[in-house]
Amino acid sequence: MNNELIIEIDNLTVDYPTENESVRALDGVDLKIYQHDFICVLGPSGCGKSTLLNVIAGFTLPSDGTFLMQGQPVAGPDRQRGVVFQSASLYPWMSVRKNVEFGPKIKGLPAAEINLIATHYLEQVHLLEVADQPPFQLSGGMKQRVALARALANEPAILLLDEPFGALDALTRIHMQQLVRKIWKENQNTIFMITHDVDEALSLGTRLLVMSKSPGTIIQEFSVAFCDRVDERTGRVYVDADYLARREEILDLIDV
Amino acid sequence: MQNKKDFNKNHRMLTLLTWAFIFLVWFMITRFNLVSHLIVPSPGEVISTFISIVKDGYNGISLWEHLGISMLRLLIASLLAIVTAVPLGLFSGYFSKVGAVVDSIVQFYRPLPPLAYYVVLILWLGIDESSKITLLYLAAFAPIYIACVAAVANIRVEYLLSAKSLGASGKDLFFQIVFPACLPDIFTSIRTAVGVAYTTLVSAEMIAATSGLGWMVIDASRYLKSSVIFVGIIIMGISGVLIDQGLKALEKKIVFWKGYQ
Repeated sequence: MNNELIIEIDNLTVDYPTENESVRALDGVDLKIYQHDFICVLGPSGCGKSTLLNVIAGFTLPSDGTFLMQGQPVAGPDRQRGVVFQSASLYPWMSVRKNVEFGPKIKGLPAAEINLIATHYLEQVHLLEVADQPPFQLSGGMKQRVALARALANEPAILLLDEPFGALDALTRIHMQQLVRKIWKENQNTIFMITHDVDEALSLGTRLLVMSKSPGTIIQEFSVAFCDRVDERTGRVYVDADYLARREEILDLIDV
Repeated sequence: MQNKKDFNKNHRMLTLLTWAFIFLVWFMITRFNLVSHLIVPSPGEVISTFISIVKDGYNGISLWEHLGISMLRLLIASLLAIVTAVPLGLFSGYFSKVGAVVDSIVQFYRPLPPLAYYVVLILWLGIDESSKITLLYLAAFAPIYIACVAAVANIRVEYLLSAKSLGASGKDLFFQIVFPACLPDIFTSIRTAVGVAYTTLVSAEMIAATSGLGWMVIDASRYLKSSVIFVGIIIMGISGVLIDQGLKALEKKIVFWKGYQ
């Protein structure tokens, strides 16, 4: 890997305080994220994968250890790390276009440029024709595409996706995966995605992280390249013995 | 779609029948002199009184002036309550320090019946308009303020987090996310507040006033002009419904996303 180092996490620990004692959500996590990585995080529920995403996003602060972004410590959420949540967090009082324009507008870009950026990313997620509709009129998959375009419009250094397709039906999910894969290749984004779907992780990621429960930490990492072997038309991976072996291996790790 | 239309039509029919029944009972009671017409005037009497009040006014003041002064008091107090309670409530919900200052005061006076502190207001501000408007203002302030504090607490976490991740902070976050996210609740509370202010208005006019719908009714009761009382009450009811319908229409236009978030 000779790409630029974006995020460096060292011996990260996160404790959540509860009434009598604190609960350790993450314990000794080490992770380096490089530019153009597509990281997929897998693990049983309660393994701390959402906590890890929240720390990277800046929503949760580390209890111990270091988290550096481009060499700098992170104090809270900012426009360098775009987030797409599982349920669309689109603002219903703004049109689809206004939602996508939100980030660039806050940044204070000139109106013409904001318009250009929004048009570009709406085109990339194939939603230009519904740009002036309110988001609540869209289907679940379309909403997630708007959320994706909104995060992309800020051109963040890394994109954090928190089970973004978890609430979608199987077919829509495959279309969304295909779209994300295409955008990732085209824009050379860096993506950190949480998923509970091993096939989704295998068909998208370049690095798969498997986490365990208590202690919540990364137990194994796999480097894969199945995303280069996807049928362009159907968006499905050519499944072979290699793929199935990896799949079994990961499932065994998760299902302890 | 057709079914829903029929459904609505059926319901409107039921509403109309209900009112037809009420009028029929009213008519019967007076037609057969079941009670004295001093207690329940006949529909005919009420209508002719209404016409004469519309033409000549009541006590030398035209009906429109009575209605106008009542509506003006309501309007000024409601507007004052909206422009102060909305920002204060949102600030209180957003910055806990502001909440610590304002909350307890509102919680203290809110359960008091407005007429209980009206005497104090009259003592301080005199018997004319300022004490009435202050009374209505206080009555309308509490529901809006409390709804705004609660609305901030109920904003979807994802709205705030995603906005911060998109680079918003401080003023942008407050005006572009917090305020619009609370607007549906703000509107509901305004409707409640105007309703509360309206009931308070009528009672206040009954205690101390020389004009207004409430005064007209209480004055008529002193001389047992029951048909004037009925006219007054019917006008109050209808104008109350019309005000709420107006607010509802405004709500539908401004908070078009309500129920879809």
